[in-house]
Amino acid sequence: MDRSFVAKNPSVLVFLAILSLFALGVTVLSEGFGIGVISTSFVKTLGKALCLCLIAVAMDLVWGFTGILSLGHFAFFGLGGYMIGMWLMYERTRLIVVDSLAQADIPPTSAEVVDAIGTQIFGVVGSSEFPFIWAFSHSLTLQLILIVLVPGLLALIFGWLAFRSRVTGVYLSILTQAMTLALALYLFQNDSGLRGNNGLSGLQNLPGVTASQDVVSIWFFWASALALGMGYMLAAWIVSGKFGSVIRGIRDNEARVRFLGYSVEVYKLAVFTLTACIAAIAGALYYPQAGIINPEEMAPIASIYLAVWVAIGGRGRLYGAVIGAAFVSLLSTWFTGGQAPDIPLGFYTIKWVDWWQVLLGVSFVLVTLFAPQGIGGLFDLLSNRHHPDRHGSNLGPDDGALREKEAS
Amino acid sequence: MLRLFLAGLAILCACLTANAQEAGLQPLLQEHQATISKSSRKTIKPAIDAIAASGLPQAQAMLETWVAKDMWMRKSDGLFFAGEKADGAYVLTDFDTGEVVGSFEKSDLKQLKPNSGVRAMIATALVQFQLTDPSRSKRAAALQSIQRDPDGTLLEPLRASIDDEPDADLKAQKQRLERLLTIGYEADTAARVAAIKEMSGDLSVDVRAALNPLVVTKRQAAVEVPTEANVTVLLEPGSEALSKADAYDLLVASDLAAPLISADDIRAALAANIDGDRVGDIPVAQLNIDVARTQAYAALAEAGVAPALITQADIDAALGAHVFFETYAEPSPEVTAVAEKALEQIELKVGVNQMLDLTLDAISLASIYFLAAIGLAITFGVMGVINMAHGEFIMMGAYTGYVVQQFILDHTLSIIVAIPMAFAVTFAMGVAMERLVIRWLYARPLETLLATFGISIALQQLAKNIFGTQARPLTAPGWLDGAWVLNDVVSISYIRIAIFVLALIFLGLFLYIMKRTRLGLEMRAVTQNPRMAGSMGINPGRVNMLTFGLGSGIAGIAGVAIGLFAKVTSDLGNDYIVQSFMTVVVGGVGNIWGALAGAGMIGFLQKGIEWMNPSNTLAAQTYMIIFIIIFIQFRPRGIIALKGRAAGD
Amino acid sequence: MSTLLEVSGVSVTFDGFRAINNLSFQIGNAELRAVIGPNGAGKTTFMDIVTGETRPDEGRVIWGEKSVSLLRMSEAKIAQAGIGRKFQKPTVFEDQTVQENLLMALKNKRGWLGALFYRPLAGDLDKVRELATEIGLKDELTRKSGELSHGQKQWLEIGMLLAQEPRLLLVDEPAAGMTPQEREHTTDLLVQAAKSRAVVVVEHDMEFVRRLNCKVTVLHEGSVLAEGSLDHVTSNQDVIDVYLGR
Repeated sequence: MDRSFVAKNPSVLVFLAILSLFALGVTVLSEGFGIGVISTSFVKTLGKALCLCLIAVAMDLVWGFTGILSLGHFAFFGLGGYMIGMWLMYERTRLIVVDSLAQADIPPTSAEVVDAIGTQIFGVVGSSEFPFIWAFSHSLTLQLILIVLVPGLLALIFGWLAFRSRVTGVYLSILTQAMTLALALYLFQNDSGLRGNNGLSGLQNLPGVTASQDVVSIWFFWASALALGMGYMLAAWIVSGKFGSVIRGIRDNEARVRFLGYSVEVYKLAVFTLTACIAAIAGALYYPQAGIINPEEMAPIASIYLAVWVAIGGRGRLYGAVIGAAFVSLLSTWFTGGQAPDIPLGFYTIKWVDWWQVLLGVSFVLVTLFAPQGIGGLFDLLSNRHHPDRHGSNLGPDDGALREKEAS
Repeated sequence: MLRLFLAGLAILCACLTANAQEAGLQPLLQEHQATISKSSRKTIKPAIDAIAASGLPQAQAMLETWVAKDMWMRKSDGLFFAGEKADGAYVLTDFDTGEVVGSFEKSDLKQLKPNSGVRAMIATALVQFQLTDPSRSKRAAALQSIQRDPDGTLLEPLRASIDDEPDADLKAQKQRLERLLTIGYEADTAARVAAIKEMSGDLSVDVRAALNPLVVTKRQAAVEVPTEANVTVLLEPGSEALSKADAYDLLVASDLAAPLISADDIRAALAANIDGDRVGDIPVAQLNIDVARTQAYAALAEAGVAPALITQADIDAALGAHVFFETYAEPSPEVTAVAEKALEQIELKVGVNQMLDLTLDAISLASIYFLAAIGLAITFGVMGVINMAHGEFIMMGAYTGYVVQQFILDHTLSIIVAIPMAFAVTFAMGVAMERLVIRWLYARPLETLLATFGISIALQQLAKNIFGTQARPLTAPGWLDGAWVLNDVVSISYIRIAIFVLALIFLGLFLYIMKRTRLGLEMRAVTQNPRMAGSMGINPGRVNMLTFGLGSGIAGIAGVAIGLFAKVTSDLGNDYIVQSFMTVVVGGVGNIWGALAGAGMIGFLQKGIEWMNPSNTLAAQTYMIIFIIIFIQFRPRGIIALKGRAAGD
Repeated sequence: MSTLLEVSGVSVTFDGFRAINNLSFQIGNAELRAVIGPNGAGKTTFMDIVTGETRPDEGRVIWGEKSVSLLRMSEAKIAQAGIGRKFQKPTVFEDQTVQENLLMALKNKRGWLGALFYRPLAGDLDKVRELATEIGLKDELTRKSGELSHGQKQWLEIGMLLAQEPRLLLVDEPAAGMTPQEREHTTDLLVQAAKSRAVVVVEHDMEFVRRLNCKVTVLHEGSVLAEGSLDHVTSNQDVIDVYLGR
């Protein structure tokens, strides 16, 4: 069966080959394992870009294939980051605390160790007690399970509420945006239990690992590449079968799918929750490479950028999402990092640090208007493939009426 | 009481020593020469009291000179004079006669520099002079100083000054202050009770400030309840009001029991008594559990090198041997009872007024949301076009106001100019956006959302590039400063009233345009069926353009209004965009009354949640959004929903 | 002949306008029925009610031998119970191939896990080929359905309905926009389908209805005006008034 799946989807094979070559190339050029052409910080940037590609794949599943423009997937990404961050921070602080307490005359009791860790971690928000959400932070296994469990559960509850009431289209987008905003605002509070706007920091240090960042960065790079490869395979497998048929049907004509006897809400919920879990895994790999996570990361704007990447890359095709995320995020790093050369106009010098956002916004409008297929559309030009002119729902008001059937 | 007695005695003395008056101030000063020249807070009191009580007219001037550090002592004879620097020397003036005594070198003199504590005492003494000062402003200042720092000694001078007060306004103030001081400092209980009763209907903060200290309670522990104490309530250790641990802590704090041995104490004691690698016969390495530590400590205690552990039995015995109770700081039970009752009445009244204040706040917040959302109610509600750059139109309106103020300095005039300017700028922007982008995307709402979002980030960054990241001021005209104060609890600023009025005007304007004008008719026609409208001679493109421009223009005006009270920054729009969409969605799309209802609901909801949890406005927003998500479960089409097939049934 | 679907005393009001007014309607197993009526007679709303799109204000909709009420069921559940619906305009999934369209409609488990792990068995593919032959799209299986002609889309949709194996088919103006040959084919398909299941056809075109040769129900202002053979109803004075009298 697997052979036939790959055979039917040659693009998956191509993608995996390119990804492996890329991973190999970076390893050979890296400081940790290779000849040191690529700096460690750039390896981290590439590793982070791979994680962003993974969440873009999830976004493509939920938006490009199912037609739900979720502006909340970065919230799940962030939650995944927080979950792994809790363990990293706890464990690292524990090692430090145990070390320092071992200098004392009397060996510490376990309660004293926990108290000291609490003081270390929460001193910055004026507390020393462990909030109950940290109950499992001592255990790597439990916290790894929470990475998918917490965002998955949140997606399940939110999705159930939203889809059950048949909120669709832009209404759903706004609702997901509101959810993200609510979560971000909640985490900004000091008594949210996750250190308020300080966030979790020092995540780049793996507790108990003495290897240098040069090596650790490559480990994470590999893990990100592996996760992206597996996520891509999973997504490709999902959309290739009947499930894929149904969700694309939901995207194009929800009511029709319903009259075929498929429970649209359940399918949407399944996709929404699954992609939330993928996003969370991507986040859990991203933030240890970024080193710090705070609620700012989960602001609604981040999720909209995610939609921008997927749209620029070309939605409705998985490689499009990957290309979009990689292209825009790396370009953005290049421009905002100050590496891009300024353009002197004589009377004014265009500094890209200031003007990159403007360029991004405008190019986004242009892509939406003139190239709805995104960068991925270029591949169609190569293969000379023609897309049928899809049209939306036939129910509701007349053709040409501005108001499409929504919110029902 | 003692002070009052002393003050009375001083007045008596002053009367008896009438001959001293004839002699003037200097003899009096000489009498206290030692304390004055070496003034200290602790000893100076009799001197100041004597001067204040002398009744001499020149005493006030002398005290003022003293406070201003302009009083000098002549070293040769120890007499005091007012000194003034002139030509490197000091010209001394006699207090009693006002005559210049002569010019002296600094080395012959000693300047008197009262420290801040002494100066405060002098200032208090001065108040009684100032209360009867011919200058009205001085009297008013004196009243203020009493209000700020009420003191029992001022009660008598205050009372004495009331009758002769020529200014009716000040007289009323004086009478009110007298009542308040009576509550706090009068010796006669009956008078205090009467004063409390008199003031019990008053909402002002100062009344509560006068009453609150009377009912402050203090937890105490003793072997038995003292007879003279004004006891509120007896507490039972282990009850909900007083846990056993708290009760024991109270005993420790009152030195009635030995302090508990804490885990830290144990640890310290163990660390101090390490003997080789053992403590109390237990290996140090094993001391990483509490049981082992307790055991080791017990061994130490037995050996007498550490105090014995306090056991639960010890605690129970100590608790059983004592009574716990709360007492009022105020000794008179009569006064405390009346004060409690008066406060209760005031609290009730305050509560009612707070509700009123909250309602006003909520209405004002609702009108802000309504203002922010009304443009959206047109573009999103009527046209069905989602415009994520709506917030940036609000921002552009606010910046337009700021720019106009750079050129027109008169604030009133600049606002009058700014409003049409903001409308023009954002109208043009909206029209351009509709023509260039949105009209190509009418059938694709999700892509409209993304394209307008692209515009939104570009506009935000542009604003940042042009105006910088720091907030720009958009100053309201002077007549909008201040607030309409109903009483100490209820007040609302004029700006908020203006915004409320503006919201009402917009509501009327919107209804007028939609229901009474040709444009409104065409707008509704095009929204419902553009092809049909087109075949009836309406140009749908033009109407869409104008409609979108109108919605954007109104957002611009809202921006001027919002800029008046919020900081004008490039991400001003961000703060309002989600709330605006929520307002429209919750209220019901396609209906201005829906936007009104939505704004009302969100405004009241947010204020309500903030009221329940005032410390945390972030949490309030979180809960509000969660509430809205749940609300949409029950009314997916909003509060005011369109029904029928037209709405997509 | 036992009753498959019974609609009784149903009324729906939209903003004060009575779209359906005390409507009663019955259809048995393996029956072909045409529903005609002027615009606004409530034909589409009637279908909406049966398929669960619209909840009536009052009345009962009873289904099958077990007499289940359809009013509490979701659209998907109603479809699973065996009611298929074809819309006025062809609504096939244009981005997907004919085969994918038919496979999606094929009677199979509808759950998401089932769909996720579903891989077409040989039997399913045979069935798809059989259906495609029936609707004349045998050679188009791998084409995207968006590339089909209007008539082909209509047939594909009918084919999808048949693949669902419903017990009741609701068909809304199937012949609109078709060439005479295509109409004939469509008539054959419907008559063929009605041999093993109930079929309700909403249609304006009298010629088409005549060719179906079945019992006719005339709707007017949300209730049944007349019922019987086509000749019977066309001679009914009320029907003449409604259709021609205004």
